[in-house]
Amino acid sequence: MGEAIVITSGKGGVGKTTTSANVGTALALQGKKVCLVDTDIGLRNLDVVMGLENRIIYDLVDVVEGRCKIHQALVKDKRFEDLLYLLPAAQTSDKNAVSPEQMKVLIDELKQDYDYIVIDCPAGIEQGYRNAVAGADHAIVVTTPEVSAVRDADRIIGLLEKEEGISAPRLIINRIRNHLMKNGDMLDVDEITTHLSIDLIGIVADDDEVIKASNHGEPIALNPNSKASIAYRNIARRILGESVPLQSFEEDQAGMFSKIKKFFGVK
Amino acid sequence: MKKYQNVTIKGTKEGLTLHLDDTCSYSDLKEELDQKLSESSKSQSDKLISVMVQVGNRYLTADQKEELRELIRQKKNLVVDTINSNVITKQEAEAERIAHEVVSIAKIVRSGQVLEVSGDLLLIGDVNPGGTVKAGGNIYILGALKGIAHAGCSGNREAVIAASVMKPSQLRIEECLNRAPDHYPGEDGREMECAYIDENNQITIDRLQALMNIRPNLSKLQGGF
Ligand SMILES: Nc1ncnc2c1ncn2[C@@H]1O[C@H](COP(=O)(O)OP(=O)(O)OP(=O)(O)O)[C@@H](O)[C@H]1O
Ligand SMILES: [Mg+2]
Repeated sequence: MGEAIVITSGKGGVGKTTTSANVGTALALQGKKVCLVDTDIGLRNLDVVMGLENRIIYDLVDVVEGRCKIHQALVKDKRFEDLLYLLPAAQTSDKNAVSPEQMKVLIDELKQDYDYIVIDCPAGIEQGYRNAVAGADHAIVVTTPEVSAVRDADRIIGLLEKEEGISAPRLIINRIRNHLMKNGDMLDVDEITTHLSIDLIGIVADDDEVIKASNHGEPIALNPNSKASIAYRNIARRILGESVPLQSFEEDQAGMFSKIKKFFGVK
Repeated sequence: MKKYQNVTIKGTKEGLTLHLDDTCSYSDLKEELDQKLSESSKSQSDKLISVMVQVGNRYLTADQKEELRELIRQKKNLVVDTINSNVITKQEAEAERIAHEVVSIAKIVRSGQVLEVSGDLLLIGDVNPGGTVKAGGNIYILGALKGIAHAGCSGNREAVIAASVMKPSQLRIEECLNRAPDHYPGEDGREMECAYIDENNQITIDRLQALMNIRPNLSKLQGGF
């Protein structure tokens, strides 16, 4: 029996879909059988980031409304031997086409056949959010180092903590820009984790390669040489229970150093 | 012939005290009270005399209290000041207990969440920006207050707010409101502080230690140490 993880954030555009695609890919690279579920009905784009758009025949709403069987709607990622699948969202319906109860049934069914179900949640705290968390066992909250994103993450964490059946949410800080953090122009990792007081499961640098890869429908996690890819692979290993220390890139150390200087009052 | 001994009247410096026996029936009591007051109220001056009513271990409903007040008031220059009873209902006792109890909670109050208690609040954790804590009494926060705190919210101007780190976005005590400065001077400081309504009806922030002088009633220890 597999585990379902919802990737959520509250604020839009902070990297939920990118995270879902890459964490799912990285889990498959670890040999796990993974199903990605796009719950952003009406604004689907996990299929695009995964490069699977052309192969969609049925979608999540078709499954829920009984127009097809689940396995008919699942799109297989040919880059993997039977390890990575996507259940796409519908593009034409809206979020109310599906209820949380129906989502729970669907996710429970997928858990029979997959090790991990990675659920991409839409922005906001309404119906779409409730659908996405309905079947989840775990939650990962994505934020960027901006005050408004952290505020929304805090709101979402409050809601997730009330959800029965979901374990304590864990945090990914995405799009870190070291020069801004170094100068104190951006919240730093410590400030964010103290503020939100949940466990950090990964940090991902702001990296143009991420955008390029998404635009080519090739999640960056497939590229072994990029920093962001290593970050996503580390997150996957932490999900699997390994204890992988946070990567300390040179810039991070510089960041630490400037913080210590500040502490001693040196400019 | 009935003996009248359920109602005794005593004069004191402040006025009259009526002792009403708590073993007889309510109707007997009313009847006798009516009689007694009629006898003794052919009184001297027009000055209003305030009356304290002691009912011992008798429980009076709100209606009965009103009835007694009415009865006594009819005797021209008598006004009931208080009615004292030794007993209250379990419900009233519970309400009183809740209003005076310190509720402790270990939690983070996050953006969009509202935590409300009727008595005093002891929060072991933070109030994040966008989060709100409300208490009928005082608010003590072992952690950082970065959201909104509203103490004495059901009408208590004596209520105080204390926090390990005081960086609220807004403070309210009873009806008084105090918005945060747009920028906190300096990053450190704002530690171990309290807020209260001062003599100018403004919310003031001070060192925690100021409370012992400003609100001596916060100390509940009998005797001292
Ligand atoms: N680590 C990163 N470095 C650079 N760009 C990134 C990174 N993560 C995400 N992005 C870019 O940010 C944009 C938004 O990302 P994404 O679509 O994953 O966000 P989202 O949270 O799913 O948005 P929505 O709320 O609209 O669903 C995309 O253009 C994506 O390529
Ligand atoms: Mg998205």
